[in-house]
Amino acid sequence: MLRLLGLFFNLFEPLFRAGQRWLGISRIGWLFVGPNLLVFGLFTFVPIVINFVYASTGGVQLLPFERPYTGMENFGILFECRDYFDIQTCRKDVFWRAIFNTAKFSLFQVALMVVLSLVTALVLNRKIIGRGFWRGVFFYPVLLSPVVVALIWKWLLQSQGVFNAGLVAAGSTPVDWLTDARWAFFWTVFVSIWAHMGFYTLILLAGLQAIPKDMYEAAEMDAASPWRTLRRITLPLLMPNLIVVLVLAMIRAVQIFDEVFVLTGGGPGSATTFIVQFIYQTGFAEQIHLYGLAAAASLVLALGLMLLTFAQLRLTRASNAGKKPK
Amino acid sequence: MTTLISKNKLAALLAALVVLPGVSHAVDIRVMCYQDGMECDVTADLAKRFEAQNPGTKVILDVVPYKTINEQLPVQLAAGQGPDIARVTDLGGLSKYYLDISAFVKDRAYWESNFGATLPWLRPTAADKGIYGFMSQLTMTGPYVNKTLFEQAKIPMPGPKATWDDWVDASRKVAKATQTQAALAWDRSGHRFAGPAISYGAKIFDAKGDLIIDDGYKTTISKFVGWHKDGAMLKEVWGGAGGSSYADSIGEFKNGRVAMVLSGSWQINRLQKDIGTAFDWVAVPNPCGPAACSGIPGGAAWVALKTSKSPKEVGMFLDFLAQEANYAEFASRTENIPAHAGLAKKGIPYPSATPAARAALGVFSSGVANLAPAAYRFQGYKFNRAMMLPTVTRVTQAIVGEMSVDEANAKIAADMADAVKQAQK
Repeated sequence: MLRLLGLFFNLFEPLFRAGQRWLGISRIGWLFVGPNLLVFGLFTFVPIVINFVYASTGGVQLLPFERPYTGMENFGILFECRDYFDIQTCRKDVFWRAIFNTAKFSLFQVALMVVLSLVTALVLNRKIIGRGFWRGVFFYPVLLSPVVVALIWKWLLQSQGVFNAGLVAAGSTPVDWLTDARWAFFWTVFVSIWAHMGFYTLILLAGLQAIPKDMYEAAEMDAASPWRTLRRITLPLLMPNLIVVLVLAMIRAVQIFDEVFVLTGGGPGSATTFIVQFIYQTGFAEQIHLYGLAAAASLVLALGLMLLTFAQLRLTRASNAGKKPK
Repeated sequence: MTTLISKNKLAALLAALVVLPGVSHAVDIRVMCYQDGMECDVTADLAKRFEAQNPGTKVILDVVPYKTINEQLPVQLAAGQGPDIARVTDLGGLSKYYLDISAFVKDRAYWESNFGATLPWLRPTAADKGIYGFMSQLTMTGPYVNKTLFEQAKIPMPGPKATWDDWVDASRKVAKATQTQAALAWDRSGHRFAGPAISYGAKIFDAKGDLIIDDGYKTTISKFVGWHKDGAMLKEVWGGAGGSSYADSIGEFKNGRVAMVLSGSWQINRLQKDIGTAFDWVAVPNPCGPAACSGIPGGAAWVALKTSKSPKEVGMFLDFLAQEANYAEFASRTENIPAHAGLAKKGIPYPSATPAARAALGVFSSGVANLAPAAYRFQGYKFNRAMMLPTVTRVTQAIVGEMSVDEANAKIAADMADAVKQAQK
């Protein structure tokens, strides 16, 4: 196989040599990164620029050159409130509800996700019976499409679903799992954790297995309690992985859309409407497509994600330097 | 032998030369179709006949969910993409993308005399005289009642002039007596909501012709939210979703979870097919309010689209579908009310319809006379969705307790004004 690959790359060798002669050794790198840059430019950079164009234009026309320039008007509409402590007074109150819901969701989901992933990884790292099987069980939902995950849970939770059938059979009354705002929010958090926990458990499991065994042996010789071992050895050495999990989970939580859209449709009311769904609805699902407003909201989301990414960089650097972040 | 093979080859070559020019001129017509019952299936049969009569033209039918027509088709069209023909319900909203096929129809007078009443619905401006397609069917919003549940509860069904309050009271008693989940449900749609609103006195338009949330509309919102709060309405249909997404209530009706639903004539085929003998159902006239007993007219239209590269073939195919025999077959097999004046006068046979379906078609057909003028005007208004969609979003928020009815009224008015302002830019 390797020989075959070698033969394949040998075919290009004359081309690379010619390129090197022509460009010089210091610039030949551009030839290699060129295709990737082109793809990145076309499918990432250009859409970002177009997003700015949409955010600064109004109307319902799709083609940018047909849209009237409106400057910061879309941002003005999003942020217009008579009283910033009362969402109801905002012109686009659903936008603020979506932001509030996203923040609440991220807080609960990420906190629970990190704790549960850590506990699961700690358990799966021990020599338990059927360890391979349990690792498979926890990782399996990650392989499922978010739509499939949501449909499975919808089937369980809908008013005539499996859960309510069980309750009725047990002589109890059915529960509005998806039409009661509090329950609906709970299930969006739960289903999202169920679907993604395996991935984060895997990252933490890899981190746990990288901790040298002799550290634990030394702790055992010093008669350290399991709790002290966890606090003084496991958690500090696992910190880089925990930070990765924290940041990835946070970014994913802020971007939540597909599972929730299928499971609750953002309802009841706007109880589970998150920021990405607001963008989708404003730009594409409503009959009068407000692309500019959707683009402005997506820039607000991008800003939030950038802040989270900077926080990750800062935490990672601080962790690598063995210092507490300031 | 060698000579014979050579001759055969030569014959094949000549035949290919004769056929190839035809092949190279083959035209594909791409049709985006959604169906409530079997509209696309019947169209596929008609398309085969059209292909047989017009060799070299192939009709490719893309059957898509209604959501695709509503949400994806407008984006495709705005981007200059899209099919040659589509079956749409946002008649005025998409009119700027329609292709005028008047040059390709055989007999313009036939179109004018049979579709004259609805052709303006597809025209971008009142002064326009183009032919952009035709209504594949007329529809009307209206309620269906689970007759079996009423009989089991021994509650008489309210009469033809009964009000929405009468029906809610009766359905509530039925639901209680038969332990049905809820008394009634309405489709989660601003279009459906507008019928009762007009009956309760909503004018929809002010003196200047702009959309208005008046006392009639507010009363309906207040009543509708109240019926949810007191458990008469099934909460899941409106309260179970967010935003303005459409949800029908017919599934709940078919499963016997409500005694009455507000949906429309396009569901007859589906009810007939899916309910079978499970229970007896009837369509009843639209309940009244103080101002009217109105539903909302509507329907789907086959429209030619400017994105087409084959306008002539598109025009020919639509002309073919609009011919009386073909239109009659479509209306008869799909069990829809015809928008074709000639056929409406003659009457359409519905041989495959059950007695219940036939009776329902009769109720809807005769209900057309009761439609309020505002209902027609609203259906033909270009920005009607600017009122329909915020109604769904905000009324739902009031139902689930996120805001009061008064706040919902104010928000609908503000959202509506915003949407119209953006659309007019």
